[in-house]
Amino acid sequence: MIPVNVIFLYSLIIFCIGLWGALSRRNVFIVLMGIELMLNAVNIAFVGFASSLGNIAGQIIPIFVITVAAGEAAVGLAIVVAIFRNRLSINIDSFNILKW
Amino acid sequence: MSYTEIFFYIFAVLSILFALLTVTRRNAVHAAICLLLTFFFIACNYVLLEAEFLAAVQVLVYAGGVVGLMLYVIMLVRKDEADEVRQSLGQRVIAVFIAILFVLEIAFISLLAYYGNYSGFLSSKMAQIGGNTESIGAVLYTYFLLPFEVVSVLLLAALVGAVVLAKNRIER
Repeated sequence: MIPVNVIFLYSLIIFCIGLWGALSRRNVFIVLMGIELMLNAVNIAFVGFASSLGNIAGQIIPIFVITVAAGEAAVGLAIVVAIFRNRLSINIDSFNILKW
Repeated sequence: MSYTEIFFYIFAVLSILFALLTVTRRNAVHAAICLLLTFFFIACNYVLLEAEFLAAVQVLVYAGGVVGLMLYVIMLVRKDEADEVRQSLGQRVIAVFIAILFVLEIAFISLLAYYGNYSGFLSSKMAQIGGNTESIGAVLYTYFLLPFEVVSVLLLAALVGAVVLAKNRIER
């Protein structure tokens, strides 16, 4: 039996790596990948608690999270394609048209 | 320390390593491949945490769908970066070596499961009460029916939104 603290720490490390990638990188694809990593970290925590507490509901929520992540990836990449058509760049510093 | 724990720590370290590689690679294609491997090792950990159905969904949706979509879009918007992924001959030898290693590992595990006392050691408890997929289905379609329907509407909205956003405006 794996201790739940270890699973939670593992989930936290993946989340922080994803946060780092989403905040620090300029390539918009790697920012999206960081967001996917953060969503996965949440799923790991849910599955870990489902395993340690013996509650199957902890395995249902990740299914919804995966669905939302798939929709988020599809819409996010469509937005990237639309912006790339206008700005001809994937550098996130050039996506500043809404900044005041 | 049991086999489950040893393999959990191995897969955890590997997935953390590839997650680090994902956010540090300069080339977005390399980052996407590292992300694929991260998702795969996380799916391995789901199996060890007795969530077999979720592991299958993880591989199908994330590794098959999301990373595939990302690779498509990366190749679509950056022609010069797609050229950078051309591999050298030295990497091909390493790739074949790693592939053979994986085949041997899987063969070893399946032989162990066939001859040893390890057959069905992952989900023997779950199998007695109908298996992981069946129990997930039973809960999903009773207690979580409303979120399930809401999520299907959300997916439809995401589908329409993605098509509208990515449509070529010049053709109009």
